[in-house]
Amino acid sequence: MIGSTLVNDAGTAAPVAEGNSAAAIAKPEPSQPSSAPAKIRVTNLSFFYDEVQALFNNTIEIPDRHITALIGPSGCGKSTFLRALNRMNDEIPGTRVQGEVLLDGVDIYGPTCDKVILRRRVGMVFQRPNPFPKSIYENVAYGPRVHGEGRKSRLDEIVEHSLRRAALWDEVKDGLHKSAFDISGGQQQRLCIARVLAVEPEVLLMDEPCSALDPASTFRIEELMRELQKDIAIVIVTHNMQQAARVSDTTGFFLKGELLEVGPTLRIFSKPDDKRTEDYIQGRFG
Amino acid sequence: MKRSIRRGERAESVIEAAIRVSGVASIVLVLLIFVFVLREGLPLFREYSFVKFLTERGWQPTLSPPTGPWFGLLPNLWGSFLVTAGAVVLAVPLAVGAAVCLAEVAPRGLRDLLKPSIELLATVPSVAIGFVGAAAINPLVKDLFNLDTGKSALAGSIMLAFMAIPTIVTISDDALSAVPKTFRDGSLALGATKWQGISRVVFPAAGPGIIAAIMLGIGRAIGETMVVIMVTGNAGVLPDKGLWHAFTHSVRTITGTIGAEALEVGYGDAHYRALFMLGVVLFLITFALNFVADLALNRRGRRALQ
Repeated sequence: MIGSTLVNDAGTAAPVAEGNSAAAIAKPEPSQPSSAPAKIRVTNLSFFYDEVQALFNNTIEIPDRHITALIGPSGCGKSTFLRALNRMNDEIPGTRVQGEVLLDGVDIYGPTCDKVILRRRVGMVFQRPNPFPKSIYENVAYGPRVHGEGRKSRLDEIVEHSLRRAALWDEVKDGLHKSAFDISGGQQQRLCIARVLAVEPEVLLMDEPCSALDPASTFRIEELMRELQKDIAIVIVTHNMQQAARVSDTTGFFLKGELLEVGPTLRIFSKPDDKRTEDYIQGRFG
Repeated sequence: MKRSIRRGERAESVIEAAIRVSGVASIVLVLLIFVFVLREGLPLFREYSFVKFLTERGWQPTLSPPTGPWFGLLPNLWGSFLVTAGAVVLAVPLAVGAAVCLAEVAPRGLRDLLKPSIELLATVPSVAIGFVGAAAINPLVKDLFNLDTGKSALAGSIMLAFMAIPTIVTISDDALSAVPKTFRDGSLALGATKWQGISRVVFPAAGPGIIAAIMLGIGRAIGETMVVIMVTGNAGVLPDKGLWHAFTHSVRTITGTIGAEALEVGYGDAHYRALFMLGVVLFLITFALNFVADLALNRRGRRALQ
């Protein structure tokens, strides 16, 4: 079952428009992800590194205000897939995309799409915390600054708000001007999340965000994800199947560049349709 | 068995000692050179006052008493400063721009062609660069600014910039390339343009390395002798008609003075000792520049570890 459709037509008819119109749309029940509106609709996405095909005709819908987990063995293309959603792959020379990725109904690979604006709407957190060699404050203020926000008072507000949303404010509020390298790895990763939140993304892509962190930090990030999920769509790539089972509403299983199966996390982890999904989840390979 | 272990240990300690000796030798050699230069230079002050050396505005070693001779540090120091400062103004924007181009903009193929070419520039013998300067730049400067002669600080600056550029480009490029890709990705993923990422994240992160590159470039320029002898005219006093006038006229640098006069002096006389004192000053300047460059580089190294 390749490219199962998760969202019914009624769901797609109510795309989230600008700002916080979240209130206008009833929060979907987590147990019924299929009723969520699609934030991103991917159709027949293929991806090539030069002549090597890395993704094969993948179709999936990313529901809004849900956590979608992508699992699968190393090198199966899940990170490539994730990076295709904010066009980070464009930075690698010799790559090519086929298929369609609609964000709120607009093709992000279409001629009218501006990569810079796209990445503001679709933020990304990387595998290893990558704070800039600047102060904590400057890290969070970076996004708003490059988008033209110069007012100190406004920046102060954004920095505090973003750090609070990332559950980091209380730990760093007395040392906002200290180097971002002076805090722990887990704090750095939350700082990177705060940095993304400062540009108010509508979708958050997380590429194995906890793989470099200890269990306590991992727990905090997962808690944070559940909090953020109330407002934005989250897509997380993870090697850690317990993590996928713990945090996500929907899980997609990748194998050799193919999205073999997508479904509600509970079902994927209890009785998947595809034998290979079951084998992977039960640890027979990977 | 036991014996072979002992032999291994002995070999180990011999190698260690040899490495230590070669490490220490480089420091000892530099110190010995400095002590030698200082020993040859200091006796100058038995026959010529230290204060006059520092404050005299002229350099006239052959002027006969009672007016002379004059062994003034100032005109030499000024000449070195002027030529080097000019070279820095010309070289830094070009070289740092080239480094950014190499590290951030140029596609792989172009970079593989450009970087070795720029590094090759550093291997051109200085006498060849000086000759080009004398044959091409001096007449050009003369014609452009309507001067009596093209031998000028400006010509020296142009040629020294030429010599400093490869050093600055190569080391700046290394510094920029050493900035982790994750910084660039992080910036792009926030919706910053590539150029915003370069100017606001990559460039500041590489800052200490670039400063070190500039310092080493300056060090190369200020110590250069042959080129300045060939193109600056090697004569001059402190300026009294403004900066531009000084730039377009002949100057005397520390290195030029030593290079041009060292073979004509009598061993042990005051002129000989004065040249050595100039050498001491030059040594201190280059030492300070290298020290600052080293500080900057170490700061980068420490950051990269984190």
